[in-house]
Amino acid sequence: MTQSAGNFDELLTSAGTPRHPALSDGLASLSAEMLAERQRHAEEELLEKGITFAVYGHNDGNEKVWPFDVVPRPIAWDEWQIIESGLKQRIRALNLFLDDVYGDGKIMKDGVVPEELVKTAKTYRPECHGFRPPGGVWTHVVGTDLVRNHDGTMYVLEDNLRCPSGVSYVLENREIMKRVLPEVFYGSIIASIEDYPERLLETLLKTAPPHISSPTAVVLTPGICNSAYFEHSFLAQQMGVELVHGSDLFVDDENMVWMKTTRGPQRVDVIYRRIDDDFIDPEVFRADSMLGVKGLMRAYRSGNVTLANAPGTGVADDKAVYQYVPDIIRYYLSEDAILQNVPTYLCFVKSDFDYVLAHLHELVVKPTNESGGYGIMMGPQASKKEREDCADAIRKDPRNYIAQPMLTLSTVPTVINQTLAPRHVDLRPFILYGDDVWVLPGGLTRVALKEGSMIVNSSQGGGSKDTWVLLKN
Amino acid sequence: MLCRVAESLFWMSRYLERAENQARFIEVTSNIALGYRGSELDLWSSLLHAGGDVETFKETYSAPTQENVIRYLLFDPKNLNSVVSCLTGARENARSIRENLTTPMWEAVNRFYLRVRRAAAESNRAIRQPHGVLEQIKHSAHQVLGVTQATWSRGEAWHFSSLGYHLERADKTSRILDVKYFILLPDPTHVGSPVDVVQWAALLESTSALQMYRRESGRIEPARVVDFLMLNTRFPRSMRFCVRDAENSIRAISGTPMHSFNNSAEQLVAQLNAKLNYARATDVIGNGLHQFVDNFQSQLNGIGAAVAESFFQVNMITRRGMQSQSQSTFNR
Repeated sequence: MTQSAGNFDELLTSAGTPRHPALSDGLASLSAEMLAERQRHAEEELLEKGITFAVYGHNDGNEKVWPFDVVPRPIAWDEWQIIESGLKQRIRALNLFLDDVYGDGKIMKDGVVPEELVKTAKTYRPECHGFRPPGGVWTHVVGTDLVRNHDGTMYVLEDNLRCPSGVSYVLENREIMKRVLPEVFYGSIIASIEDYPERLLETLLKTAPPHISSPTAVVLTPGICNSAYFEHSFLAQQMGVELVHGSDLFVDDENMVWMKTTRGPQRVDVIYRRIDDDFIDPEVFRADSMLGVKGLMRAYRSGNVTLANAPGTGVADDKAVYQYVPDIIRYYLSEDAILQNVPTYLCFVKSDFDYVLAHLHELVVKPTNESGGYGIMMGPQASKKEREDCADAIRKDPRNYIAQPMLTLSTVPTVINQTLAPRHVDLRPFILYGDDVWVLPGGLTRVALKEGSMIVNSSQGGGSKDTWVLLKN
Repeated sequence: MLCRVAESLFWMSRYLERAENQARFIEVTSNIALGYRGSELDLWSSLLHAGGDVETFKETYSAPTQENVIRYLLFDPKNLNSVVSCLTGARENARSIRENLTTPMWEAVNRFYLRVRRAAAESNRAIRQPHGVLEQIKHSAHQVLGVTQATWSRGEAWHFSSLGYHLERADKTSRILDVKYFILLPDPTHVGSPVDVVQWAALLESTSALQMYRRESGRIEPARVVDFLMLNTRFPRSMRFCVRDAENSIRAISGTPMHSFNNSAEQLVAQLNAKLNYARATDVIGNGLHQFVDNFQSQLNGIGAAVAESFFQVNMITRRGMQSQSQSTFNR
């Protein structure tokens, strides 16, 4: 396989030599044919194990087998140490920020983050004002998106503080890898990840309302049609807790949450909810929601139930607030940010607005409150019409748009048509916050399977890889 | 256990059992069809009668030929009792409660489903030579039962699943007995006259009972066959065995001791069990086997409805007062 110029490959240097000598023995001894053979085995297993994700508007029961590539994405130990401490720092600061935003609002009074920016975020929830969740933990589970540019720099692309998906695939990818490539696991040099469900359960129980001695936790899913249903079910199974639908729960007039069991109602103390704020309680948020539980916010605000993640966290992953994260870190922790932000233009700032409109053809424009890759305009690839529509949308509501330079994501060799070819990847590490912050080593590596594409979302033709944090360099 | 989960476990199990029975009925009937001197149409329509499927069959097919009936019972998605429909239902139920199953159980159900789907994709071949696919269906069903037995704790989930299996199995055994008995021995006064051993053996084989019958009863006599399929206490597909097991599961779920009841499911299943405990095969035949089986089936339906009412659609508001008194852990 050859390296194209201007790319950063995670396995090979620009001279074509292995970047991670510790890996060479196991992985490099496998030919492309052998990898392709193992790839077929992996795909058969995924089908038989029913590891799927739902695609809206896709026939065949809306289910597709999870796309997986056998060539792993390694991360050197030294680099991982930096990433890990950077993520911990970021999550601590963002939690303090949320505590402040829904509390005294000091950071806004001190003029570090504009109050108007916070309060105009569509994900800002005035209903959460004045309530502090147990332990001051707002973001129990986070999946931060990182990308490496062609110059080798690792950037934070997005903080996902609401209901980030993907960790079940991280765990399943590893199980598949152990079966189809056992030889590379002998004399293991790879950080283990298998304790995630235990850690997640611990996180949930530690953040239960403080007066409960042995709390009951559940996972709340929108249901079998949700794209991440497999994950909801997987995590409930691995933790040994009930997976509930909104209709399995009710809130009584004393603001307690109960689940409907064959022996009558049973109290629920912690809800790992995988339903967006908008849908969790028709009494407070969207009244047309069929997915949530009527009265859940009453129970939450009475301190009778913990919601993980807390409602209202979305304001801190707003894509315009993102620009202020280095300032937020400095304000609360008196430290410089360890992980870099992608340079970002805020369209509501006059000078940025002018720059963005003049350079649309080279920028990526994103709506500030969407997630999952929706509504993004890729300047260099967009048609003239698409760029003009985008400019109109920005003029109409500058608060709602940011722009960033187009990055060239790093690549990893990937099995394509029985042979290896470089494909662009990102990385989503998962971070838990119970009584302390913990980072799962590695995370989900998503790969754009189309040549040259940077779109890694599984709903749009993306695949995934096992991520190996190497214990020796 | 969540009411929704209990209901899905129950139905997953019923669908799996239904699929296996369907495959076995087809297999036995195609064996009889080889060298059968009677009418092909009568033979295959008896299978439709056993499943209670005659009316819906007529909506799509002209005549109950071997090909039409096999297609209808194995692969027709419009037939809610076809093997394809059963597996779709079983898997959807399993998927919606996957976290309550062990991983080997889920994988066995998923593989079962995938095999049936693959067979359905080449349905013409499977219908011409059904033996291979029928074997696969039986093996897959046994695999699910095997991993269930080997990996699943005997808790509430197990009992809801077991309840589903046994109510379905009791229903299927009674149906096949009813239909075949009617064809083989239309007049009860014929008891004792020479019988078509091949046909009677096929009836036993339809319920996997031939070998076990031979060991206990030796020669084939209609009254003994009826006794075995209806009242035997050791054979796991006899009606009595299944009802007894269903009662045990319901009591394990609710914790109510024998000879008393707290809900209508317990009451109805115990009544049916008592009826079988004190029945004699010759009396049943003398008084009309068809009538007996008919009553049996409507009582099974009544138990199914009572199970739903007692466990799946519980009124939470009326149950709450009771709960906080009996289980202090739910109190604050």
